[in-house]
Amino acid sequence: MNSTVIVFPGSNCDRDVATALTKLQFKNKMVWHKDNNLPKSDLIVIPGGFSYGDYLRSGAIAAKSNILKEVIRAANSGCLILGICNGFQILIETGLLQGALLRNRSLKFISKDVYLKVINNDNKFCKNYKKNNIINLNIAHNEGNYFTQKDHLKELEDNALIPFKYCDKEGSINDNNNPNGSINNIAGILNNKKNILGMMPHPERMIDSLISNTDGIGLFNSILN
Amino acid sequence: MKLAVIITLKKDVLDPQGKVIEQTLQNMGINSLKNLRQGKYIEIELDELDEKKAHNTVENICKKLLVNLIIEEYKITKI
Repeated sequence: MNSTVIVFPGSNCDRDVATALTKLQFKNKMVWHKDNNLPKSDLIVIPGGFSYGDYLRSGAIAAKSNILKEVIRAANSGCLILGICNGFQILIETGLLQGALLRNRSLKFISKDVYLKVINNDNKFCKNYKKNNIINLNIAHNEGNYFTQKDHLKELEDNALIPFKYCDKEGSINDNNNPNGSINNIAGILNNKKNILGMMPHPERMIDSLISNTDGIGLFNSILN
Repeated sequence: MKLAVIITLKKDVLDPQGKVIEQTLQNMGINSLKNLRQGKYIEIELDELDEKKAHNTVENICKKLLVNLIIEEYKITKI
Protein backbone atom coordinates (compact mmCIF):
# COMPACT_ATOMS: atom_id res chain seq x y z
CA MET A 1 0.00 0.00 0.00
CA ASN A 2 1.36 3.43 -0.97
CA SER A 3 1.44 6.17 1.63
CA THR A 4 2.54 9.79 1.50
CA VAL A 5 3.53 12.01 4.40
CA ILE A 6 3.25 15.76 3.81
CA VAL A 7 6.06 17.83 5.32
CA PHE A 8 5.70 21.50 6.26
CA PRO A 9 8.24 23.85 7.78
CA GLY A 10 7.66 23.16 11.47
CA SER A 11 6.35 19.59 11.11
CA ASN A 12 8.01 17.49 13.80
CA CYS A 13 6.17 14.16 13.73
CA ASP A 14 6.73 13.50 10.02
CA ARG A 15 9.63 11.10 10.59
CA ASP A 16 7.80 9.29 13.39
CA VAL A 17 4.86 8.66 11.07
CA ALA A 18 7.17 7.60 8.25
CA THR A 19 8.94 5.16 10.59
CA ALA A 20 5.62 3.72 11.72
CA LEU A 21 4.34 3.37 8.16
CA THR A 22 7.53 1.75 6.88
CA LYS A 23 7.67 -0.64 9.84
CA LEU A 24 4.13 -1.73 9.05
CA GLN A 25 5.00 -2.37 5.37
CA PHE A 26 3.59 0.74 3.71
CA LYS A 27 5.60 2.03 0.78
CA ASN A 28 6.02 5.56 2.02
CA LYS A 29 7.11 8.81 0.37
CA MET A 30 7.70 12.22 1.92
CA VAL A 31 6.36 15.25 0.04
CA TRP A 32 7.39 18.86 0.69
CA HIS A 33 4.61 21.45 1.06
CA LYS A 34 5.76 23.46 -1.96
CA ASP A 35 5.38 20.50 -4.33
CA ASN A 36 2.48 20.48 -6.71
CA ASN A 37 2.34 16.76 -7.37
CA LEU A 38 1.32 13.92 -5.15
CA PRO A 39 2.78 10.47 -5.74
CA LYS A 40 0.24 7.69 -6.20
CA SER A 41 -1.17 7.26 -2.71
CA ASP A 42 -3.72 5.07 -0.97
CA LEU A 43 -3.14 6.97 2.25
CA ILE A 44 -1.99 10.56 2.82
CA VAL A 45 -0.84 11.49 6.32
CA ILE A 46 -0.68 15.08 7.52
CA PRO A 47 1.62 14.83 10.52
CA GLY A 48 1.85 16.67 13.82
CA GLY A 49 4.07 19.60 14.65
CA PHE A 50 3.89 23.35 14.39
CA SER A 51 3.46 24.06 10.68
CA TYR A 52 4.46 27.66 9.92
CA GLY A 53 5.00 28.24 13.65
CA ASP A 54 1.24 28.09 14.30
CA TYR A 55 1.02 31.64 12.92
CA LEU A 56 -2.46 33.17 12.63
CA ARG A 57 -4.21 29.99 13.84
CA SER A 58 -2.80 26.47 14.09
CA GLY A 59 -2.95 24.95 10.63
CA ALA A 60 -4.35 28.06 8.90
CA ILE A 61 -1.32 28.80 6.73
CA ALA A 62 -0.59 25.14 5.90
CA ALA A 63 -4.19 24.76 4.72
CA LYS A 64 -3.41 27.23 1.91
CA SER A 65 -0.14 25.60 0.77
CA ASN A 66 0.43 24.24 -2.75
CA ILE A 67 0.29 20.59 -1.84
CA LEU A 68 -2.92 20.93 0.14
CA LYS A 69 -4.78 21.73 -3.08
CA GLU A 70 -3.74 18.28 -4.29
CA VAL A 71 -4.57 16.67 -0.95
CA ILE A 72 -8.07 18.18 -1.10
CA ARG A 73 -8.48 16.87 -4.64
CA ALA A 74 -7.33 13.39 -3.57
CA ALA A 75 -9.62 13.50 -0.51
CA ASN A 76 -12.60 14.37 -2.66
CA SER A 77 -11.88 11.41 -4.92
CA GLY A 78 -11.87 9.02 -1.97
CA CYS A 79 -8.20 8.71 -0.97
CA LEU A 80 -7.73 7.96 2.74
CA ILE A 81 -6.47 10.99 4.64
CA LEU A 82 -5.17 10.85 8.20
CA GLY A 83 -4.45 14.10 10.05
CA ILE A 84 -2.73 13.74 13.40
CA CYS A 85 -2.55 16.60 15.89
CA ASN A 86 -1.44 19.61 13.81
CA GLY A 87 -2.59 17.54 10.83
CA PHE A 88 -6.09 17.48 12.34
CA GLN A 89 -5.90 21.26 12.80
CA ILE A 90 -4.88 21.63 9.14
CA LEU A 91 -7.77 19.41 7.96
CA ILE A 92 -10.16 21.58 9.96
CA GLU A 93 -8.74 24.73 8.39
CA THR A 94 -9.14 23.30 4.87
CA GLY A 95 -12.79 22.59 5.59
CA LEU A 96 -12.35 18.86 4.85
CA LEU A 97 -13.40 18.29 8.45
CA GLN A 98 -15.89 20.48 10.27
CA GLY A 99 -15.60 22.20 13.61
CA ALA A 100 -12.77 24.00 15.34
CA LEU A 101 -9.87 23.18 17.65
CA LEU A 102 -9.68 25.76 20.41
CA ARG A 103 -7.01 26.43 22.98
CA ASN A 104 -6.93 23.76 25.71
CA ARG A 105 -9.31 24.51 28.55
CA SER A 106 -6.39 24.57 31.00
CA LEU A 107 -4.47 27.07 28.82
CA LYS A 108 -1.51 24.71 29.13
CA PHE A 109 0.31 22.66 26.53
CA ILE A 110 -0.54 19.07 27.44
CA SER A 111 1.89 16.25 26.80
CA LYS A 112 0.86 12.95 28.34
CA ASP A 113 -0.47 9.49 27.64
CA VAL A 114 -4.26 9.29 27.71
CA TYR A 115 -6.85 6.54 27.48
CA LEU A 116 -9.22 6.45 24.55
CA LYS A 117 -12.31 4.39 23.97
CA VAL A 118 -12.99 3.11 20.47
CA ILE A 119 -16.54 4.37 20.00
CA ASN A 120 -17.00 3.47 16.35
CA ASN A 121 -14.91 0.93 14.48
CA ASP A 122 -17.05 0.71 11.37
CA ASN A 123 -14.55 2.62 9.24
CA LYS A 124 -11.32 1.92 7.37
CA PHE A 125 -9.11 3.42 10.10
CA CYS A 126 -10.43 1.47 13.09
CA LYS A 127 -11.78 -1.86 11.88
CA ASN A 128 -8.95 -3.80 13.55
CA TYR A 129 -9.97 -2.43 16.94
CA LYS A 130 -12.99 -3.82 18.71
CA LYS A 131 -15.81 -1.50 19.66
CA ASN A 132 -15.29 -0.21 23.23
CA ASN A 133 -11.61 -1.21 23.18
CA ILE A 134 -9.61 1.00 25.52
CA ILE A 135 -6.29 2.11 24.09
CA ASN A 136 -3.50 4.24 25.46
CA LEU A 137 -2.02 6.89 23.15
CA ASN A 138 0.02 10.02 23.65
CA ILE A 139 -1.26 13.57 23.22
CA ALA A 140 0.92 16.67 22.88
CA HIS A 141 -0.91 19.85 21.98
CA ASN A 142 -1.97 23.34 22.93
CA GLU A 143 -5.06 23.62 20.72
CA GLY A 144 -6.91 20.33 20.93
CA ASN A 145 -10.16 21.44 22.46
CA TYR A 146 -12.61 20.26 19.81
CA PHE A 147 -15.70 22.37 19.36
CA THR A 148 -18.56 22.19 16.91
CA GLN A 149 -22.09 23.41 16.56
CA LYS A 150 -24.98 21.42 18.01
CA ASP A 151 -26.41 20.13 14.74
CA HIS A 152 -23.00 18.94 13.55
CA LEU A 153 -22.32 17.30 16.91
CA LYS A 154 -25.59 15.39 16.56
CA GLU A 155 -24.58 14.37 13.04
CA LEU A 156 -21.23 13.08 14.34
CA GLU A 157 -22.88 11.08 17.12
CA ASP A 158 -25.77 9.75 15.00
CA ASN A 159 -23.68 8.73 11.99
CA ALA A 160 -20.87 6.93 13.84
CA LEU A 161 -18.32 9.59 12.87
CA ILE A 162 -16.53 9.68 16.23
CA PRO A 163 -13.96 6.88 16.36
CA PHE A 164 -12.29 7.89 19.65
CA LYS A 165 -13.30 9.59 22.89
CA TYR A 166 -11.11 10.40 25.88
CA CYS A 167 -11.85 8.12 28.84
CA ASP A 168 -10.25 6.75 32.00
CA LYS A 169 -8.48 3.43 32.44
CA GLU A 170 -11.80 1.66 32.96
CA GLY A 171 -13.40 3.31 29.94
CA SER A 172 -15.62 5.76 31.73
CA ILE A 173 -16.16 8.91 29.68
CA ASN A 174 -16.70 12.04 31.73
CA ASP A 175 -15.36 15.53 32.27
CA ASN A 176 -12.70 14.38 34.77
CA ASN A 177 -10.92 12.42 32.08
CA ASN A 178 -11.29 15.05 29.39
CA PRO A 179 -7.75 16.42 29.05
CA ASN A 180 -8.43 19.51 26.93
CA GLY A 181 -12.12 20.39 27.23
CA SER A 182 -13.25 18.83 23.93
CA ILE A 183 -17.01 18.74 23.48
CA ASN A 184 -18.36 15.24 24.38
CA ASN A 185 -14.74 14.11 25.06
CA ILE A 186 -14.12 13.87 21.32
CA ALA A 187 -10.53 12.89 20.43
CA GLY A 188 -11.04 12.37 16.69
CA ILE A 189 -13.66 12.71 13.97
CA LEU A 190 -14.40 11.39 10.49
CA ASN A 191 -15.98 13.14 7.52
CA ASN A 192 -19.34 11.89 6.24
CA LYS A 193 -17.72 9.58 3.67
CA LYS A 194 -15.43 8.19 6.39
CA ASN A 195 -12.28 8.52 4.25
CA ILE A 196 -10.83 11.40 6.29
CA LEU A 197 -9.84 11.00 9.93
CA GLY A 198 -8.56 13.82 12.10
CA MET A 199 -7.37 13.02 15.61
CA MET A 200 -5.36 14.77 18.31
CA PRO A 201 -3.67 11.64 19.83
CA HIS A 202 -0.56 10.23 18.17
CA PRO A 203 -0.93 6.58 17.06
CA GLU A 204 2.52 6.71 15.41
CA ARG A 205 4.13 7.07 18.84
CA MET A 206 2.61 3.79 20.00
CA ILE A 207 3.96 1.17 17.64
CA ASP A 208 6.83 -0.30 19.64
CA SER A 209 6.61 -1.80 23.13
CA LEU A 210 10.28 -1.01 23.69
CA ILE A 211 9.61 2.74 23.87
CA SER A 212 5.88 2.99 24.59
CA ASN A 213 3.21 0.47 23.71
CA THR A 214 1.69 -0.98 20.56
CA ASP A 215 -1.83 0.42 20.79
CA GLY A 216 -1.33 2.57 17.68
CA ILE A 217 -0.62 -0.39 15.41
CA GLY A 218 -4.30 -1.28 15.15
CA LEU A 219 -5.00 1.94 13.30
CA PHE A 220 -2.32 1.48 10.66
CA ASN A 221 -3.12 -2.23 10.30
CA SER A 222 -6.80 -1.41 9.78
CA ILE A 223 -5.81 0.72 6.81
CA LEU A 224 -3.55 -2.03 5.43
CA ASN A 225 -6.13 -4.80 5.58
CA MET B 1 -5.91 52.92 1.72
CA LYS B 2 -5.37 51.40 5.13
CA LEU B 3 -7.91 49.25 6.90
CA ALA B 4 -7.89 47.51 10.23
CA VAL B 5 -9.43 44.18 11.10
CA ILE B 6 -10.32 43.26 14.66
CA ILE B 7 -10.92 39.56 15.19
CA THR B 8 -12.51 38.22 18.36
CA LEU B 9 -13.94 34.91 19.43
CA LYS B 10 -17.72 34.71 19.12
CA LYS B 11 -19.69 35.44 22.25
CA ASP B 12 -20.60 31.78 22.86
CA VAL B 13 -17.04 30.50 22.41
CA LEU B 14 -14.97 30.23 25.56
CA ASP B 15 -12.12 32.74 25.55
CA PRO B 16 -9.65 31.27 28.07
CA GLN B 17 -6.98 33.93 27.43
CA GLY B 18 -9.55 36.66 27.99
CA LYS B 19 -10.63 34.94 31.21
CA VAL B 20 -7.06 34.90 32.53
CA ILE B 21 -6.59 38.61 31.71
CA GLU B 22 -9.92 39.35 33.37
CA GLN B 23 -9.02 37.44 36.53
CA THR B 24 -5.62 39.11 36.72
CA LEU B 25 -7.15 42.57 36.44
CA GLN B 26 -9.66 41.67 39.13
CA ASN B 27 -6.79 40.49 41.34
CA MET B 28 -5.09 43.83 40.64
CA GLY B 29 -8.05 45.59 42.15
CA ILE B 30 -9.99 46.75 39.07
CA ASN B 31 -13.31 46.20 40.80
CA SER B 32 -15.52 47.76 38.14
CA LEU B 33 -14.42 45.18 35.52
CA LYS B 34 -17.47 43.35 34.21
CA ASN B 35 -16.31 41.44 31.16
CA LEU B 36 -13.26 41.16 28.93
CA ARG B 37 -12.67 39.50 25.55
CA GLN B 38 -9.33 39.47 23.75
CA GLY B 39 -8.58 39.09 20.06
CA LYS B 40 -6.33 40.00 17.14
CA TYR B 41 -5.72 43.29 15.40
CA ILE B 42 -4.47 43.31 11.81
CA GLU B 43 -3.61 46.39 9.69
CA ILE B 44 -3.88 46.02 5.93
CA GLU B 45 -2.65 48.58 3.42
CA LEU B 46 -4.14 48.30 -0.07
CA ASP B 47 -3.28 49.98 -3.34
CA GLU B 48 -6.90 51.03 -3.76
CA LEU B 49 -8.60 54.42 -3.49
CA ASP B 50 -12.24 53.32 -3.65
CA GLU B 51 -13.35 52.67 -0.08
CA LYS B 52 -16.07 50.22 -1.01
CA LYS B 53 -13.73 48.14 -3.16
CA ALA B 54 -11.06 48.16 -0.45
CA HIS B 55 -13.63 47.05 2.09
CA ASN B 56 -14.75 44.21 -0.17
CA THR B 57 -11.18 43.05 -0.70
CA VAL B 58 -10.50 42.95 3.04
CA GLU B 59 -13.82 41.22 3.64
CA ASN B 60 -12.70 38.56 1.17
CA ILE B 61 -9.29 38.27 2.87
CA CYS B 62 -11.03 37.79 6.21
CA LYS B 63 -13.31 35.05 4.95
CA LYS B 64 -10.57 33.23 3.03
CA LEU B 65 -7.77 33.30 5.58
CA LEU B 66 -7.80 35.65 8.54
CA VAL B 67 -10.97 34.52 10.28
CA ASN B 68 -12.31 31.12 11.23
CA LEU B 69 -16.00 31.91 10.89
CA ILE B 70 -17.04 28.98 13.04
CA ILE B 71 -15.52 30.46 16.16
CA GLU B 72 -14.52 34.03 15.31
CA GLU B 73 -16.15 37.27 14.21
CA TYR B 74 -14.53 40.38 12.74
CA LYS B 75 -14.92 44.09 12.27
CA ILE B 76 -13.33 46.12 9.48
CA THR B 77 -12.60 49.80 9.97
CA LYS B 78 -10.83 52.43 7.86
CA ILE B 79 -7.80 54.00 9.52
